[in-house]
Amino acid sequence: MMHSLKRAWLAIDDRLGISKNLFPVMQHPVPPRTGWWYVFGSATLATFALQVVTGTVLATIYVPSTAHAYDSMQFITHSALLGSLVRGLHFWGASAMILFIGIHSVRTYLMAAYKYPREANWLTGSFLMVLTLGMGFSGQLLPWDQNAVWSVIVGAEQAAKVPYVGMALARWILAGQTLGGLTLSRFYAAHVFFFPGLIFLILGIHLYLVIHNGISEPPRAGHPVDPRHYRAWYEHMIKTEGVPFWPDAAWRDVVFSTLVVITIFLLAWYVGPPELQKVPDPTIIQASPQPYWYFLWFFSLLALSPHAGETFLIIATPSVFFIVMFLLPFIAHKGERSPRRRPWAIALVIMSVIIIGVFWREAELHPWVPDFTAQVLPASVVNSSDAAVVHGALLFHERGCEFCHYISGYGGHRGPDLTDVGNRLSSPEMMTFIMNGGYNMPPFAGVLKSAEANDLIAFLQSRTVSGNAAALNRVKE
Amino acid sequence: MSTNENPPNTAPASQLRRDLLSILSILLGLGASALVAAPVVGFLLAPFVRPKPRLWRAVGPLDQFKVGETVEVKFDISNPLPWDGFLAQTSAWLRRESEGYLVAFSVNCTHLGCPVRWEKDAELFLCPCHGGVYDTSGNVVAGPPPRALVRYPVRVANNGNVEIQTTPVPLV
Repeated sequence: MMHSLKRAWLAIDDRLGISKNLFPVMQHPVPPRTGWWYVFGSATLATFALQVVTGTVLATIYVPSTAHAYDSMQFITHSALLGSLVRGLHFWGASAMILFIGIHSVRTYLMAAYKYPREANWLTGSFLMVLTLGMGFSGQLLPWDQNAVWSVIVGAEQAAKVPYVGMALARWILAGQTLGGLTLSRFYAAHVFFFPGLIFLILGIHLYLVIHNGISEPPRAGHPVDPRHYRAWYEHMIKTEGVPFWPDAAWRDVVFSTLVVITIFLLAWYVGPPELQKVPDPTIIQASPQPYWYFLWFFSLLALSPHAGETFLIIATPSVFFIVMFLLPFIAHKGERSPRRRPWAIALVIMSVIIIGVFWREAELHPWVPDFTAQVLPASVVNSSDAAVVHGALLFHERGCEFCHYISGYGGHRGPDLTDVGNRLSSPEMMTFIMNGGYNMPPFAGVLKSAEANDLIAFLQSRTVSGNAAALNRVKE
Repeated sequence: MSTNENPPNTAPASQLRRDLLSILSILLGLGASALVAAPVVGFLLAPFVRPKPRLWRAVGPLDQFKVGETVEVKFDISNPLPWDGFLAQTSAWLRRESEGYLVAFSVNCTHLGCPVRWEKDAELFLCPCHGGVYDTSGNVVAGPPPRALVRYPVRVANNGNVEIQTTPVPLV
């Protein structure tokens, strides 16, 4: 039995050249002590494989037509056998792929593995990052719900702000002058054929370069890269100290990728994919489009940047990021690799993480969005029997003040909290603000009658620290 | 007899032949690629070369719209495709400013194109995305939008119907 199995293997191996050509690649010598920092590239690869498999399966049901895509997504999510789980795997897999390609590039940057001779590794990796973000954007549109339809518009509007080619770019994203049947098909084609095809191609080159140039050794302070001697030094080091990639280094990749897949599975099982929003009808105005989490921080940058410089920021922020990324190996291809000797690299990474983190947090709170669900202030909050104050409280809701202003647990956060505005502003000051508006406040001179304005101000003047304390006591009693 | 016993022919004549064959192969490859590339690129760029005709679409009789009111009107896009689905329709905010004066606003916020909502009692258009605010005339009164709401051509036809002209998505 064993004998015939062995003969079969020898026959197959003779025809396919597995042990002759593949084993040496798997067992190519790598530097010792690479450790757990080196697992994020393979984790990205593992999530990509997961995306290819789950995406291919989803495509057996999904209908890429503007008339049917939404219904087919409903079917996948709520009716198809294991549909919700597979869509969940694809969604969380996408999140993981974006997360790990980010960590992988930060690790490579901090350890300066982009320096000689691995510049092309970094450049192909940068292309893969751009393509992965392209997959993220196009993938967010394929559910083709209300959010997706408006995301196409938002995407086209942003593209339109690019100098010179913006208009053409935007028309190309929309597939014409308006939304229509052609819009979805091209995102489907991009997501399923163009981008993945390019990813396979460039990923192949990226992995080939990893073998060709060898895995970078963990950096040591005081051992700068000198392009004149590096290759010879590396080859000597590999000859004397190198260990076979399989299994000495690869086991960590396998362990980590397994944990990643298990985590994605648990998230897909227990949390599932995001629920589909309303039907993709552009004439339903009640919509609040938002991107998925990986672009959410950029969305809040658009709300919070000064209005005058915003068009510039929309274009400049991503442009500077990608230009620096692609120029990096040309600017700094030699010298120290250790993060201990590159404090600016560490500072840049920490700063970026903080900035993105702050914008993310703001996006979670989204204080700039008017609170369309704000309710009429209840009597317990108004806490007055004065007819003017009571009418003013009603106007506060009806005339839209409450969309943006917060009072004792009710209303939006776009404008200042007015819970105790009576302590801060005099009646004439309030009148000026209300009638003339401000930086982020519309003027209400044409909307409010003079008597209404007086009632509104009577209500606002009753919003004081002591008044609120009295109201609170009454509620407690 | 195996080919190993014959060394490669390095005579000048055969080298010239090899050079010519190399050039021929490269040129043929490029030519064949170009032959395929031309229609493929043209196919992809179609959105630029086929602008949609602008058509007048009826949105309802004039007396249906009251003076001083702003309402959402829906109409068919130009040249709809059989598989457009919901996208076959688009909408606009129509305001009857006075007896004889109508204004049609694009629903797209000039900031990033999100749909603005008309809040009747506050007499404001509010954008849900980044908090842009416009007044009854579509002028920006707060938030990030760089310019007033885009206006669509609107007219009253001879049969008394209000008509809006189909317009490309306003891009700024």
